[in-house]
Formats: sequence, structure tokens, C-alpha cells
Amino acid sequence: MIEHLIPVLIGTLAAATPLIFAGLGELVTEKSGVINLGVEGMMLIGAVAGFGAALHWGLFAGFVAGALAGALAALPFALLTLSLGANQAASGLALTIFGSGLSAFVGQYLVSESLPGLQPWPIPGLSAIPVLGPIFFNQTVVVYLSYAAAIFVTWVLAKTRWGLVLRAVGESPEAAHTIGYPVTSIRYAAVCFGGAMAGIAGAYLSTVYTPLWVQNMTAGRGWIAVALVVFATWKPLRLLLGAYLFGGMTILQLHAQGLGVDLPSQLLSAIPYVATIVVLVLISRDRALLQLNLPASLGKPFIPGG
Amino acid sequence: MLIPPPPNHPRPLPAGEPRLQLLNISKRYPGVLANDQVSLNVMPGEIHAVLGENGAGKSTLMKIIYGAVQADSGQIQWNGREVSIANPAVARELGIGMVFQHFQLFETLNVTENIALALPPDTDLKTLAVRVREVSEKYGLPLDPERLVHALSVGERQRVEIVRCLLQNPQLLILDEPTSVLTPQAVRKLFETLRKLASEGVSILYISHKLHEIQALCDRATVMRGGCVTGGANPRQESTASLARMMIGRDLPVCHAPVYAGEVKAALEIDSISRPKDDPFGVTLEDISLTVNSGEVVGIAGISGNGQAELLAALSGESTGRSDSVRIAGLPVGHLHAGQRRDRGLSFVPEERLGRGAVPSMSLTQNAMLTAHRQPGLSRFGLLDFKAARDFALRCIERFDVRCNGPQAAARSLSGGNLQKFIVGREIMQAPKVMIVAQPTWGVDVGAAATLRQTLLDLSREGVGVLVVSEELEELFEICDRIAVLAGGRLSAAMPRNETNAEQIGLLMAGQAAAASV
Ligand SMILES: Nc1ncnc2c1ncn2[C@@H]1O[C@H](COP(=O)(O)OP(=O)(O)OP(=O)(O)O)[C@@H](O)[C@H]1O
Ligand SMILES: [Mg+2]
Repeated sequence: MIEHLIPVLIGTLAAATPLIFAGLGELVTEKSGVINLGVEGMMLIGAVAGFGAALHWGLFAGFVAGALAGALAALPFALLTLSLGANQAASGLALTIFGSGLSAFVGQYLVSESLPGLQPWPIPGLSAIPVLGPIFFNQTVVVYLSYAAAIFVTWVLAKTRWGLVLRAVGESPEAAHTIGYPVTSIRYAAVCFGGAMAGIAGAYLSTVYTPLWVQNMTAGRGWIAVALVVFATWKPLRLLLGAYLFGGMTILQLHAQGLGVDLPSQLLSAIPYVATIVVLVLISRDRALLQLNLPASLGKPFIPGG
Repeated sequence: MLIPPPPNHPRPLPAGEPRLQLLNISKRYPGVLANDQVSLNVMPGEIHAVLGENGAGKSTLMKIIYGAVQADSGQIQWNGREVSIANPAVARELGIGMVFQHFQLFETLNVTENIALALPPDTDLKTLAVRVREVSEKYGLPLDPERLVHALSVGERQRVEIVRCLLQNPQLLILDEPTSVLTPQAVRKLFETLRKLASEGVSILYISHKLHEIQALCDRATVMRGGCVTGGANPRQESTASLARMMIGRDLPVCHAPVYAGEVKAALEIDSISRPKDDPFGVTLEDISLTVNSGEVVGIAGISGNGQAELLAALSGESTGRSDSVRIAGLPVGHLHAGQRRDRGLSFVPEERLGRGAVPSMSLTQNAMLTAHRQPGLSRFGLLDFKAARDFALRCIERFDVRCNGPQAAARSLSGGNLQKFIVGREIMQAPKVMIVAQPTWGVDVGAAATLRQTLLDLSREGVGVLVVSEELEELFEICDRIAVLAGGRLSAAMPRNETNAEQIGLLMAGQAAAASV
């Protein structure tokens, strides 16, 4: 039995990786009090830029280009919402629409190309552990980086000065401003970080996961990442859990479709979305915890006055 | 690493040179000139009071010194050099620390983290926590460094603000109404600390509406009215009455409590409320019973953090319980939530005015509607009548002398005392059967406080049961017919005012707290 499950689980981790990158980025953005609904668009821009750059200069350049493009795509959003006080939800939606259009336009020159992808790189020693080894430690380098990113974000938020300032700004930009923190600059940085991470997630999709460019290839993953952040109550490790759950259900329903389970395929495709949200809602029922982690100023514009 | 040594250790200055000198500072807000050509100087080691009625522009001036607000014109000289203080980080760099009238704290962070945010970036949280505990105890403002701020009472929050400021080792300490919710003992300790700091050369700017504090503490006073400096005085050579006259420009009115002639019925009955604490740092309420009759004012004395917040939540309806644990005019309401209790004649003024009592970003009209929408005439077919609402807010502004830029002004643009007057006024105007007020005159100037107290008295004599929860014994003795003490989650019997005195109440406050903590 377990032998059959292992390939599913290996696939799970790979499928969850873009959600982890994009989700962690959005989590940091939201912790600063800004909600950016443009994740899907930034992922697409990152995907097309990453794919193009990887074609010419190799995979590493692809990821760098993805991150840069994502951060760059986040800049106009930051300008509109942080400097001009525009509505964050509307600006984020606009960014998604813009991103899907721009990526489709640029990507039309890339549709016939393909990349070799990336071979798994088993970690010597760890990958020999029975069951867990092949699942967690026989993956591509990018998957390992996703673990590192989750641990890094957790650590920064909980233990470092930066994390403290970020949480403070997200909770009360007024108080942070009054005691002398440059709220707007900090939020710019958080939004750009979110963009870069979404760009990396996109680049992973187009250069490693399915090393091709296909129009709108993110297929709603950006939206799932946004939802995961909320249902994970802004906790990075819960986000990881949610991403694996979603990844696992995606792979499972693919297998189920392959095995010819007697259910309409549309219904099967919907299962991961429903299951992930149900599970996360159940684990985040604790209202006190929710209120402690929710950035109180989320979505509210702050223009320093005085 | 421990807290870094004072970054700006008071430098010896040429004799007679002021530490801080303000020249012709002006600041205009829409509709009001908050500071008008203000000049002021503070010497090293001087404790300098700034006095003035609500809205006089004191906080605005202090925020300008701290860089939180920019002046439109004028000059600031610091230790003899002209400086421009673009933001609070610059002010802290210069050695200026400030305790804000409206707390600038982060609720989801703990005490240490809140303090660390105002200290240099290389502060280590673990050593800071130890230091916070030590310093706060040494200064008589005990704090638990691990507690989350949202679970603290206002008194404790005030302590956090003060300790945060003291830990910055400032050369100039600005205290904007730092004692409004501190206990008398804590105030005494704070004054000792401030005097000691002053003797070491730290200058202190002190704002308070408590005139006896200013007389006890300050070397010099500057009086402001309507944004201008109207005079100066040596507070030690003035009487409270003469200081009050300088501040409000007329004699201080005296409260008088007429005898209630109407029918005496139980307006508010609290029947053995026991409530285990719902947060590890809360207080357990033990078997609290009290009856407030129509026509009387009952006071609950005690230091906040002894169950005040919990009891107020149980009375307002923020937390619910047995249906007959609270009765309004005989009607059991213990199981009803806040809105339903208000429907049955309860008015409630919480202790936090920004956030609980009013929504800072909403206009006064909208804030009035939040609780007054249930008044006849203010809504029609379930829709709000905004013209009537505006009139309501306008009447409240006029009746309670709220200084503001009209009913459309945002709540946050009001000075602290004026907002308090508006919130209390809004509740009084709803013709309640029962009125519960926490810290009714917090931050209100002496003139307005006297008016507010008189209003509460008059309200009770119209047959309303009034319950006042306050830390200020003087206030309670001025207006209450009976006084009970809440300490350690237990309520003493309510004693008629003329059968008790401040001593006895003070003993109850201390004794019960001791008994509960054994
Ligand atoms: N952000 C703001 N926007 C508009 N007006 C403001 C703002 N802040 C203060 N004001 C106005 O400036 C005037 C002075 O306010 P300030 O807070 O300095 O008074 P204060 O002397 O500190 O009063 P209090 O004793 O009540 O605290 C008031 O009329 C107030 O309404
Ligand atoms: Mg003030």
C-alpha cells in the first residue's frame, strides 16, 4: 500500500511548492497590513519572465528573473495603494487581470519552446530514511528551498526585530508612525517581497513543475495561496500544512480520474479546493487565536498625516 | 547586552541656557488654529507644567516637540542649537521621550515587545524583559513583561507607556496626562522618580488636569487657552482655585447634590455574578451583588485591574451569563447582549474612549448613531435619518460644550477631554433608566469635569440609577451617595458616603486585595 502512496506524496510536495512560495510572500505582505489580491497576476508574470530567462541563460537566471519580475509587478500596486491610498482589493484585482494579459502577450512568442526541467537531488543520508526519505528528501532543490523559506519566514516573524516591526505596522500603523517607524516604506518592502515570492512560485511552475509556457498556467493557484494565508491564520507553518493538503488532494484526484472513478471530473477537480478550505476552517476555529494573528489594519489605507 | 547606556547623557550646558526653546510655533488644523505663536522654554532639570482646558492645544504642542506632528511655522532650539524634528525617531535620537495621552501601544504584542519597539534596534528581548520587570518595580509601576497588551487594563497600559519612556533615558521627558488612570500610590512613586530624574538634570514637560499634582510636582507652569500662551505661574505659590481660574478663565463651579424626592425603585440589580477569568491574566469575579436605586449615584472605587474590566463587561453585555444575574428596572437582562440591554434602557460609557467608546475615523454624527440609533425620531422604517442624527450630535456638542469642528469632525480629531465629553453626553441624552460610567472625567479639564459630574448628579435626581466606576476617590466622594470597593474580584458592601471616608475606602482597597491574593 505504502509503495503506491509514495509517488502520490512525492507529487504532493512538488505540487504544493508554488503555493508555499506565493503564500509565504502574501503572508508577509498581509502581516504588514496590506492585502494584495494580485498574487495570481504576479505569478503569471513571474512564470513568463522565468521561462524566457531560463531559455536563454539557464534555470538559475530563470528564478532570478521570476523574482525580479514579480517584485516589479508589485510596485504599481504598492504605488496605488500605499502612496495614493487606492482601494487594495480593487487594485489587487486589477493587477491580476493585468498580469494575465501581459503574460499572455509576452508568452505568445514562447508557446512552442520547452525546457529540460530539473532532476531531483536526493540529499545523501536523509533520503535513505524509509518512507519519509524519498518523500521529503528526494526532491528538486526548489522544494528544499521552500522548506527553508517557511522556516525563515517563521523565524523572522517570531524572533527578529524586522518581524516585530512588521507585526507592529500591520496591527496599528498609526501607533507605529507615532513612535517613529516609516510605515509606508516598510509596507513597500513587504509588498515587493510578496511580489518576488509570487514571481518565484510562477517561475517554478513554468521552468520546473511543467517546464513549458502555457497561457494562464497558474490555474487559480494564486487565489488558493491568498485563501491559504487567511485560513492558516497568518501562521507560516499552518500555511505549509494547507499547501500540502491542497497539493495532496490535487494529485489524488488526478489519480482518481486516471483510475476512472465514477464521478464527473469537474466534481473531482473541485475536491482539493473544498477539502483544503474545510480542513483549514476547522483548525482555525479558535477565535482568540485568530484575533491575535489577524493584522488589525489589514486592507485599510494609511496615509501618514499630521 | 543590557540596555545601552544613556545615548544622550545630560550634557552640561552653559548656565542659564534652556534645554528646549520654542519660538512662535503655529499649527493649523482644518477649522482650528491649534497652536498660535506659542513660545516656551524649559531649563535643564526643570519640571514644567503645561496647563489648559480641553482643546487648548497642549497635546498638539507636545507632538510637535516630539516630531509626531509638524508645525506650520516657528522654531525649535534644542540645547542652544536650532533643530528640525522631522519624526519621532529624530526626537528620540536627540534625547526626547514622550508618554502619549492616547496610548500608542500594539495590542497583539506583549509588554516587552511594545517597549522594544521604542528602543534602539539592537535591544535583546530577553534581557529587556528582565529589565522591564526590575525597572517597573523600582519605579512602583509593576509590569509583567510577558503579558499581551490587549489583556491589560488602561491603568496597566499607562504603566507600559511610562516605563517605555523611562527606559529610553531621555534628556527631556514629555508626559501628556500620565496619571489619568494611575492609582494614588503609583502616582506618588512616579513623582519620586520624576523628581529624582529632574535632580539628575532631566527636563520634564508635564501635562495634567489634576491641579494638586501640578502643585506638588512642578517648578513652573505655562497656561494655554485657545492655542495661545495666556500666562505663566509658579504653581507652588498659587491655590488650586487660582490655577483653575487661570485655566478656564472663570471660577470653578461647585457640585451640589439635591435630595431626591421621587419614588425609589431598584434601577440596576446585580445578583451574585461569579465569573471565572477567561484569560490567564484576567481577574475572577466572586459573588458580586449590588443594587443601584433610581435617584442615586453609586460609586465603585478600586484600582483598575481588580476586576473592573470584567465587571464592566458583564454589566454592559459584552459578556453574558444567567438571565437574572443583571436586572434593569426589574427586567432580567443577564443573558442579553449589549445592544439588547441598551434597548431596555441601559447607557454605558466604557473606559477606553477611542476604540470602545468611539470609532476614531468616523464622524461625531456617525459615532452618536452607533448607540443613539434606537432613540425615537432618529430612524424611520429601520433607516437612519441623517438630518435628525446631525441635529442630535449638534445638540450634544452644544449642551456639553464639546470644542470641535462641527458634527462632521472625525472622532480622532477631537482633543481627549472633548471626546470624553461627547461620549458621556451622547449617553446621557438617550434618557436611560440606568447609566454606567467608567472613569467619567478621564482627561477632562477641571471646569468641564465639574460640569460633567453635575450632569451625572442631575441625571440621577431625575430618577435614573447611576453607577460610576472610578479610581479617583475625590470624584467618588463628590458625587456618590454610596460607595463600594472592588478589589481582587470581590465587591464590598456599598457604604453611604457620610458614613465612610477616604481612609476606610483606601484600607478596603488594600485589605481586600491582600486577602484575595493569599
Ligand atoms: N488630527 C487633528 N485633526 C484636526 N484637528 C485636530 C487634530 N488634532 C487636534 N485637533 C484640534 O486641535 C485643537 C487642540 O487639540 P489638542 O489635542 O492639542 O488639545 P489638548 O490641549 O491636548 O486638550 P485635552 O486636554 O482635551 O487633551 C483641538 O481643537 C482639536 O480638535
Ligand atoms: Mg491632550
